Amino acid sequence: MSSWLDYTINGLIVGNVYALVAVGLALIFGVSRLINFAQGSIYLVGAYIGWVAVVQLHTPLPLTIIVVALAAALVGLIIERFGLRPLQNSVRIAPLLATIGISFVLDQLVMLTFSPNPRALPSQLPDVRFQIGGGTIGPLDLLIAGVGLTSALLLFAFLRYSKLGWAVRATAQDRDAAMQMGVDVNRVNQAVFGIAAALGGVSGLLVGMYYNQIDTAMSLQATLKGVVAEVVGGAGNVPGAVIGSLLLGLVESYGVAVFGTSYRNLFAFLLLVVVLVLRPNGLFASARQAPPEPLTGTFIAPSRPVRIPRWALLVVLGVFAILPLLPVSLYVLQTLINAWLLGMLALSLTLVAGTIGQVSLGHAALLAIGAYTSALLSLNFSVPVGLAIIGGGLTSAALGTALISPSFRLRGHYVSIATLAIGEIVSLVILNWEGVTRGPIGVSGIPPLSLFGYELISPTSIYWFSFAVMVVLALLQARLLGSHLGRSFRAIRDDDVAARAYGLSLNRYKSLAFIFGGFAAGISGGIAAHLYSYINHETFNTQQSILALTVVILGGLGNVVGAVVGSVALVGLPEVFRIAAEYRILIYGIVLLLLVRFRPQGLLGTI
Amino acid sequence: MAIAQAAPLLSVRGLTRRFGGLTAVDAIDLDLAKGELVSIIGPNGAGKTTLFNLVTGLDRPDAGNVSFEGQDVTGLSPETLAAEGIARTFQLGRVFGNLSVMDNVLIGAHTRLRAVKPAVPLIGPLLELGLALLRPANVKAEEERLREEVKVILSRFGERLLPRIEQPAYSLSYANRRRVEIARALALKPRLLLLDEPTAGMNPTETAEMQALVAELKAEGLTILLIEHKLEMVMRLSDRVIVMDEGKKIAEGAGEQVRTDPKVIEAYLGHGLSGAADQRESAA
Repeated sequence: MSSWLDYTINGLIVGNVYALVAVGLALIFGVSRLINFAQGSIYLVGAYIGWVAVVQLHTPLPLTIIVVALAAALVGLIIERFGLRPLQNSVRIAPLLATIGISFVLDQLVMLTFSPNPRALPSQLPDVRFQIGGGTIGPLDLLIAGVGLTSALLLFAFLRYSKLGWAVRATAQDRDAAMQMGVDVNRVNQAVFGIAAALGGVSGLLVGMYYNQIDTAMSLQATLKGVVAEVVGGAGNVPGAVIGSLLLGLVESYGVAVFGTSYRNLFAFLLLVVVLVLRPNGLFASARQAPPEPLTGTFIAPSRPVRIPRWALLVVLGVFAILPLLPVSLYVLQTLINAWLLGMLALSLTLVAGTIGQVSLGHAALLAIGAYTSALLSLNFSVPVGLAIIGGGLTSAALGTALISPSFRLRGHYVSIATLAIGEIVSLVILNWEGVTRGPIGVSGIPPLSLFGYELISPTSIYWFSFAVMVVLALLQARLLGSHLGRSFRAIRDDDVAARAYGLSLNRYKSLAFIFGGFAAGISGGIAAHLYSYINHETFNTQQSILALTVVILGGLGNVVGAVVGSVALVGLPEVFRIAAEYRILIYGIVLLLLVRFRPQGLLGTI
Repeated sequence: MAIAQAAPLLSVRGLTRRFGGLTAVDAIDLDLAKGELVSIIGPNGAGKTTLFNLVTGLDRPDAGNVSFEGQDVTGLSPETLAAEGIARTFQLGRVFGNLSVMDNVLIGAHTRLRAVKPAVPLIGPLLELGLALLRPANVKAEEERLREEVKVILSRFGERLLPRIEQPAYSLSYANRRRVEIARALALKPRLLLLDEPTAGMNPTETAEMQALVAELKAEGLTILLIEHKLEMVMRLSDRVIVMDEGKKIAEGAGEQVRTDPKVIEAYLGHGLSGAADQRESAA
């Protein structure tokens, strides 16, 4: 049993590492009001460049750090120049989606280059521990502390004394005024992305050395931790980000000391949710700030939906309905079953992200809740499968809405962070609540789909079942959009301040949107559980959330037909072109980026 | 002009709002009788819009109180105040860009939905969801009635909006968006209407139309609080004028009386009395 001092030192060291990520996020948020979801990917890239330098090129440690910093900075500059600068004048949702897409592309590129297997990243430092009081400290701890302090000092000097640093601070304070005074905002952005990326890359290197292990899952964790630290400190507040990081490191370290390692991430996300609820502007922001300037309906791209004649829809529907009767292969049917399941998830997300403007990045959690509920109801209580699936939908609607409700007061990017965190919390609870969810072993032997006592085993019957359920959900959603709730949801998305001034309660309508959307996602998860017959905490992961988001953007935000078309396209086209599974996520990421850049309203237009 | 001394519709006492070191609204008193039209004028940054935000619940005061129809409504949410019958338009024009003109104005009538929003505690929202999906006859009838009402409201603007009723608001001209905002406010059937620079950015013809419309609303008995820079319009329409500068009320009274008040002239000094303010407004 290590002493408390050890846990404190560990917490501060880890906090130092988080600070390197969080400071970059804070700088970027300061000048461009953007939470850079690709920050963790740069951290990942830094770790792997470090691995190449250390293991293959045998560079000495100081050179390794410099190489990593420069290479990561280059990646940052490329992201800024080609990923974000073209989106400067577009709607607010565009850069948010772009950084998500960039993050997936970078992660996949690293994974394809280096394989997803973990690698050892030796620290190049002597393995000795110095005794301090009741605890010990090693050279690597000192190095991390040193790098943290040095970067903080350099950054402070840069912001305080250099001309470009002044420009950064001026831009952060008032972008328009800075531009009018002749500040080259593009150069400021470049500088900030370069610095943020260099810090992020070095952070990845140090973490890799600290644990002597790197793998591709580091990216998402780093983004989440960095964002948590940054938001805790107050978005855009650089010193706040450092303090938030140290706090997060300590909370985690003490939490692990008391409850054990498997809960490590839970503390970070609980801290985030608590801060977002109690002090959405961060711990160090003054409690009451000037109300934000009015922003007039520019969250999503204005567009007119493509009108599809009713007869055309009916014909297509009819063709898909009789498809199993035609001479098609089982493979086609199976692919389409996947498309219909994804379609239900996309319907849910297009309502939540598109219609009411809450871009959820943790939507797979709703699948997981539905799947576990349905599986456990049928296994433990012998509930008939059909009813169990409906139970899954209802539980997902209720639980999902309850979990997300703390974020109803948040806007834009914060909603995405909160949903991402809540998604992680759900998956961690599933992993750790062994009494109910069977923990890491997962749930096996889930009974197959059945309806009124008849088992649906043949692909044809499963096809019809999933198709019918999806069509019913789509029709219900279309009917919802045509009601007063449809316009109320869209009004809240376009301008929540004006919506409130006309009597629309945000809590009420966001809840209703999540209830309806949660039901569809829960049904999808429930059906999936009975199809797969085995599920665990990783069955429904962030990749699915991102896939669903890409589908929704592809089809057009809020567009019911678009969600279904997008699902068929993103599930079907990779099959048609026989793209290997490992390249698919990369392609989804690229599709997302291209859409945001060239057709932000999607194929069928925003509704 | 008789000012009803009986219980005023809106009564504001000592209303104060500070942003850091700046006192945007400083101990403002204000009474508004039923059917009265009071204008608030003052240089940019005088705190007029902040005062509106405080009265409509979008911002909360640091001190003072607001009462509406004799009830203390200080710090209530904008949703609640909308349901009480307070409607407003916004300085920079906040229409719902992706919604059609019809839907924008229907949102204005949201607080008047009854059939589809049963006032049942706890399960009310779920009933609302169910009714929205099922749409029984009374829900359909209510929706139909409101749609007809919207058309009547839009016909107040002649042929400006009616032909564009199904067009998304983002495709409208600036002046038309302002009109949609006012139509949306009227759909609430307000008992108190707050207009924040309804003619900002409008040309003289459009301004004259808007002035006629506001006069019409006043003649119909609507109580109106108006922020406006175009002094000619203010003088013609207002029962009383309140002048704000640096958060404080510096003058109050009939239009002509206020116009010649030395304090008011001083506040505007260097800007010219009306012309410069208009220009700056249209530049913004």
